[in-house]
Amino acid sequence: MSYISKPRVGHPTLQRNELGLRQRDYEGTISTLCAGCGHDSISAALIQTFFDLNIEPYRVAKTSGIGCSSKTPAYFLSQSHAFNSVHGRMPSVTMGANAANSSMIFVGISGDGDTLSIGMGQFCHAIRRNLNMAYIIENNGVYGLTKGQFSASADVGSTAKKGEVNNQKPIDAALTAINQGASYVARGFSGDRQQLVPLLKGALRHKGFALVDIISPCVTFNDHQGSTKSYAHTREHFHQLEQTDFVAPAEEITASSEGRDLTPVTLHDGSRILLRNVENGYDPRDQAAAFAYLKNCQLRGEIPTGLLFIDENSIDFHERNNTIETPLNDLAHEDICPGADALANMLGRYR
Amino acid sequence: MSETTPQRVNDFVVKLANVNGTGSASANGLLMKTIFRMGVPVTAKNFFPSNIQGLPTWYEIRVSKDGYQSRTDRIDLMVAMNAQTYADDLAEVAVGGYLLYDSSWPRDRQLKRDDIQLLGVPLAKMVNQKYEDPRSRILFKNIAYVGVLSALLDLDLAVIDQILDELFARKPGLLEANHQAVGLGSDYALAHFACPLPIRVEPMDKTKGHVVIDGNTAAAMGCLYAGASVGAWYPITPSTSLMDAFKALCERHRIDPETGKNRFCIIQAEDELAAIGMALGASWGGARSFTPTSGPGLSLMGEFLGLAYFTELPLVVFDVQRSGPSTGLPTRTQQSDIIAAAYASHGDTRHVLLFPKDPEECFYLTVEAFDLADRLQTPVMVLSDLDIGMNDWMCPEFKWDDNYRPDRGKVLRKKELESVDSFSRYLDVDGDGICYRSYPGDHPRGAYFLRGSGHTAHAKYTEDPDEYTELVDRLSRKWETAKSHVPEPVLLSRKQAMAGVIAYGSSDSAVQEALDRLEEQGVPMDYLRIRAFPFNEQVDEFLAGHDRVFVVEQNRDAQLRMLLLNESAARREQLISVLHYNGFPMSCDIVITRIQAAMSAQGAAA
Repeated sequence: MSYISKPRVGHPTLQRNELGLRQRDYEGTISTLCAGCGHDSISAALIQTFFDLNIEPYRVAKTSGIGCSSKTPAYFLSQSHAFNSVHGRMPSVTMGANAANSSMIFVGISGDGDTLSIGMGQFCHAIRRNLNMAYIIENNGVYGLTKGQFSASADVGSTAKKGEVNNQKPIDAALTAINQGASYVARGFSGDRQQLVPLLKGALRHKGFALVDIISPCVTFNDHQGSTKSYAHTREHFHQLEQTDFVAPAEEITASSEGRDLTPVTLHDGSRILLRNVENGYDPRDQAAAFAYLKNCQLRGEIPTGLLFIDENSIDFHERNNTIETPLNDLAHEDICPGADALANMLGRYR
Repeated sequence: MSETTPQRVNDFVVKLANVNGTGSASANGLLMKTIFRMGVPVTAKNFFPSNIQGLPTWYEIRVSKDGYQSRTDRIDLMVAMNAQTYADDLAEVAVGGYLLYDSSWPRDRQLKRDDIQLLGVPLAKMVNQKYEDPRSRILFKNIAYVGVLSALLDLDLAVIDQILDELFARKPGLLEANHQAVGLGSDYALAHFACPLPIRVEPMDKTKGHVVIDGNTAAAMGCLYAGASVGAWYPITPSTSLMDAFKALCERHRIDPETGKNRFCIIQAEDELAAIGMALGASWGGARSFTPTSGPGLSLMGEFLGLAYFTELPLVVFDVQRSGPSTGLPTRTQQSDIIAAAYASHGDTRHVLLFPKDPEECFYLTVEAFDLADRLQTPVMVLSDLDIGMNDWMCPEFKWDDNYRPDRGKVLRKKELESVDSFSRYLDVDGDGICYRSYPGDHPRGAYFLRGSGHTAHAKYTEDPDEYTELVDRLSRKWETAKSHVPEPVLLSRKQAMAGVIAYGSSDSAVQEALDRLEEQGVPMDYLRIRAFPFNEQVDEFLAGHDRVFVVEQNRDAQLRMLLLNESAARREQLISVLHYNGFPMSCDIVITRIQAAMSAQGAAA
């Protein structure tokens, strides 16, 4: 339970990153989610991601809405700032925080209910603004905290724990995001951290809206036969588009030497995502092709994972809006208050 | 007409009945500005439909040498430019008054009244002869009636010309045509009527140091000067012009000279839920932020207002009230969101409210709202209304003290965080219910988990009954602290007052004038204008000092009276409501009549 604090002991031999921090320094409180929950694996992947990227925890703003997924910001990076807001409204809070201080790293954690039902409008509009954030959906097809109702990502024909069959078409977050013009769209599986970590790294380094839709089975309400978001079903229909690797700006590409069909995708800060195509000729830079491909996979009942789409020339909200680089919360009063003389002039047209 | 109309110099009302979308607004504004520039106190109210083109709209100009700004029930001159509303407009003119109409077509059957004087001017014929294209014909008909009125009311043509010069400085082509149209009207009037009329304007010296401005623009200036840097909004009448004004001001005064980049961020949200979410996110992020809205938007913002109250985030919300409930009358005024705002959101919540009375207070109370929100770490709602927000009021020029620095309240930034041993976001260190906060990204020690669920003094999750109770009780303590921070009410005492009057916001102008009249009639009253909720001591003192208190407000359900009964020492039988809620601003006559009736009823009963 959360009120049992996690002991902060670390063996001296534990590996440290460039900041001198250990992976332990990126952890959070002990998870209160059910044992085996996919969400905890995602938290673990995030811990590794932030550790590997040498990000100072206090420079990270974690935002979330309501639901099992939205509790998870407590379970990683306890030394960073978090805003657990109201149901479905995480994108707006993140937008505001980003407006006040664009120098931070924003990671929003949401679920399929929080995003695809109550938060659908804000999700689409955050994409439309190309808000610079990593938007993570912990997608299990079910409402966990209220005990097992179908969510909007539940597939037709999948059954609830008590046998009820879903007959409404699902909303595919990745397809929706590509269709709305998201500049980075990836899908992973909570059970495959090797694939997930590079996708998360890419999302954090991407300048603009980066969606990582992660299939994350709910062991309590949606891990039975008949569920299409169970561990077994996901593993069976898991369809890796490409093998992904992330290369930081200063690193040499050594890991890739064996691959012949590598596609490097460059992010704005010079870091690269390396894609080794599994599927013939898949190009994540072609929006229309990506959409068509995903749509076909959906019809066949396959779950393609990997980097689905990226716009390397993404222009984020502030760039488009011409916002000054200095965080607005750091501007001196003299820089934003025009003063008494200006007021007298301003009132001239009302005399 | 049997008797001579008495002279009403600098004390009369002109009402202009127009069709919306025909460009009458600028002509009517020109008229008002001319009177103002002649040094004569003047105010104007616009009664417009929720529509873009083709429906009736009215503009009411009150000229008052004594500086009264409220409406009166007397119309001295009707400028009837809309045949659709002839019947009503004709009926509204006071006995002995005037009606000016376009006599290009015979209207005799529709316009018949013996106790007023009809003034026919063939406006359409005149402009059609002069101008070729249809748009000019429509627009200059308006300017031509300004010309007619200049002669009838003895307006200074030089002043009109000067205003036109300013307006059309960059469009010399239009300037000349405007001057012509004014001349067209005034020449006709001088040739056909005995000018000026007994109702007329004589230059005075009573508008020096004043401006004519609307409350939304004034509030936007307040946001600019208070240092608000993030504004999020969703368009809704009558609040839209507040953000329009803020944007224009920022584009002029908030551009970084070196980079040409914006020192502000304005976000048009997808709805009001997102608007307040963004404003709150920005507030958490350490920027001064705000969102302007009106009743329906306030309803949508309810959940987030509760979150802000419970997690203690500063925020300024402008509710420019309109007539409700539901969509109601979107372009008409009311003071009917008092209860909705005071107790917005589920659970035990209470919010700080400010009630500006006019654009001048919109400016000053906006700055105060930002300081209060930061000081108290809670949402502060500025409740103006359509009458204040969208109408032009004459106010003393706003002054600014360059020594002003925003009061950001108890904030620990990098430097302070480095010097403290530990930081607990919700620990009441000073015993006033207000804790210390930090901004994200400043320092590792300032990091905490903000959540709308139960939390301890150290910002940890809790469902513990004692910890929860401690938290909500501390919020009550903070509420008590707020009482000594919010603006005090304004007391206006009169000798041998027979009763007390309480009012707030835009009702003030009608109440002030009514109380002057009542005093002349031998009924002096004390007046307390409430400027904030929670109510402070002075409100209780006033209530204690008066057996009878009239509560004047512009809603059906006596919402401030409800709030007083709930949150002050007021007794039910002590408070007598004077209510007005038809969507038009309250006139002083209504206040006078209702108070007189109540006084005589009580007198008879006693």
